[in-house]
Amino acid sequence: MPRKPLSKSQKFPEVHERLKSEGAAIFVDREGKESLYVLSPYQIDYVHSYAEDTPFFLGLAEQRIRGSRCAGCGYVYGTPRGHCQFCGEPTEWVDLPLSGKVHSWTTCHFGSEAFLKETPYNLVLVEFEGVNSLLFSRLKDCGEKDIYVGMPVEARFAPEPKFSITDLWFVPASKTGGKGSR
Amino acid sequence: MAETKKGKKRDLFPGTPTPSSPRRPGRRVYMVSGGVTKFAKAHPAMDFRLMCKRAFDLAKAEVPNLTHAMIDGSRVSYFSDHFSRQLKAASMVQDYLGLNPRGSVRIEWGGATGGECFQAAYEAVASGRMDLCLAVGYETMSRVPTWKGNEFIALASDTNFDFPLGGFYTGYYALMVNRHIYEYIRRRKFAHVKDEREAQRLSVEYGTRVMAKVSVKNHRNALYNPYAQYPKAIDVEGVLRSEMVSYPLTREQICTMSDGAAAVFLCSEERAKELTDRPVQVTGVGCGTDTMRLADRPFGKVLLNPKETEEEYADLRYPGVHSFRAGRSAGLEAYRHAGIEDPNRDLDFVELHDAYSSSEIQTYEDLGLCKYGEGYDFVERGDPFLKGVDYGFDVPKAGAIPVNPSGGLIACGHPVGATGLMQAVFAFWQLQGNIQKHFGSERLQVPHARRGAIHSHAGTGSSVTVSILEAR
Repeated sequence: MPRKPLSKSQKFPEVHERLKSEGAAIFVDREGKESLYVLSPYQIDYVHSYAEDTPFFLGLAEQRIRGSRCAGCGYVYGTPRGHCQFCGEPTEWVDLPLSGKVHSWTTCHFGSEAFLKETPYNLVLVEFEGVNSLLFSRLKDCGEKDIYVGMPVEARFAPEPKFSITDLWFVPASKTGGKGSR
Repeated sequence: MAETKKGKKRDLFPGTPTPSSPRRPGRRVYMVSGGVTKFAKAHPAMDFRLMCKRAFDLAKAEVPNLTHAMIDGSRVSYFSDHFSRQLKAASMVQDYLGLNPRGSVRIEWGGATGGECFQAAYEAVASGRMDLCLAVGYETMSRVPTWKGNEFIALASDTNFDFPLGGFYTGYYALMVNRHIYEYIRRRKFAHVKDEREAQRLSVEYGTRVMAKVSVKNHRNALYNPYAQYPKAIDVEGVLRSEMVSYPLTREQICTMSDGAAAVFLCSEERAKELTDRPVQVTGVGCGTDTMRLADRPFGKVLLNPKETEEEYADLRYPGVHSFRAGRSAGLEAYRHAGIEDPNRDLDFVELHDAYSSSEIQTYEDLGLCKYGEGYDFVERGDPFLKGVDYGFDVPKAGAIPVNPSGGLIACGHPVGATGLMQAVFAFWQLQGNIQKHFGSERLQVPHARRGAIHSHAGTGSSVTVSILEAR
């Protein structure tokens, strides 16, 4: 059986479209030169390890935010790391407060393909009292017009943990009116 | 603690030594030629090998005395294996160019891939390993849909703590500029406004209007650059009204994805004499780094340049997420190497990594073109604009130190592995006084350009390279 002739187009987006339905298509440039395109699917399940970050992710399931403190210099990390970036000493796990302030923020109206369906969503860097560095998270239950630097926020946890950083998010604190940022 | 020249110890903050390089400068290195393909949304009739060949041929044709046998080897750059789904693609470039069995290695350093490739070729020559080294880079980003491409790029953020939250680089840069606006506009220009939310709203409004002017500058410069992907006679309102992507960054303030390639020849002094009567010397190289995660950035003291004092930044916690310590560090290293004391005075132009209009403003400050906090005023005064281009608003100090005269990433495009090399090619043409020859118009020629800087930037500022080029 001879195959149906391949679609040809001088428009690259059209070639993309044809590929989806026909598996192959030809792009023709201004000089008439032909380039054959085929669809090449790519899918894989990675086995992702949290390794030394594991206690943080298990902590989320217990509604705890676990940071780390350097045993050498005392620096407290809002996002845990096994060894201190300043002195190289191992760190120990500490529980962070469940409320903090917005250090900076944005609202994403577009996103990577994996997150497009979730737009618009708010990203925040959260600062905690007595903690030297920040934690990256989502801010929910409010929109672009409500958020400001210094806004008090408090943690929420997924009732059914998926062992992802998304098991934790923040919402505006019930007590409002905080002022400024560090 | 870091030793200053006078032997006085200066406490920067834990773990941040003042960059000190080169410890031994090595041989003098010259750029003798460069070539670029047009950057485009797609080059559907070329694969990466042919794009590199085109850029290579253009570069080679510029120096008729350069024989194939003279090329001692290559450094080949591309950012993401995901885009081409071809591992070892650099070997295929080396192969296609007919350079086997000479030495070659692939360079990848995120968004700074092209800039790092340039410096790798520099090192091959400076060390004496090669007399003539090709640096060639490319990216073919058109093979996946735009939002999938954004996902691939976002994988260059921590996959435990950052990516799953909504990995999206425009989002990361929006977070950074919102803090930059807070530090320098809210806390300075609108310090008198008592209502916090109102003050921040006014600050963002002010900041984004200035950012839009940067976008207008780069899009309009590109009107005279035939290699640019996205030239546009846009105005400030047009930039601000374009689609909101990640607050406060609108679509026209963000670089696009591109297909393209660029090639550069670097060589020793002896070789340069054989090849050209208008060589350009690479007089400084610098590279800086910072934490992969924004959340890990320290809040310490400013990494000072020679013109700054600790006192003037007493209230500033640095770098936080508002400034790029890697860019500051790379600049200081390159300036020291090139003997530059005051970049604003000693540089005639800069081609920098404006993936976002916001990061161009942040980078003025990192590179010491102005002080921290003065980036917005720097734009308002007109310093980074060109004299001969109509921007539709007043630019009193235009021509002071043109930044991205080519149109930058925002208007030229950003095929990652080629971008830093493209900057080298445009800077090289500027320094040769050859803009008319290559662009078909003198409009973008910086008058009497003797010394320029190129700046290539990766991640959320996790690695940055700065190189200094000088006409000889």
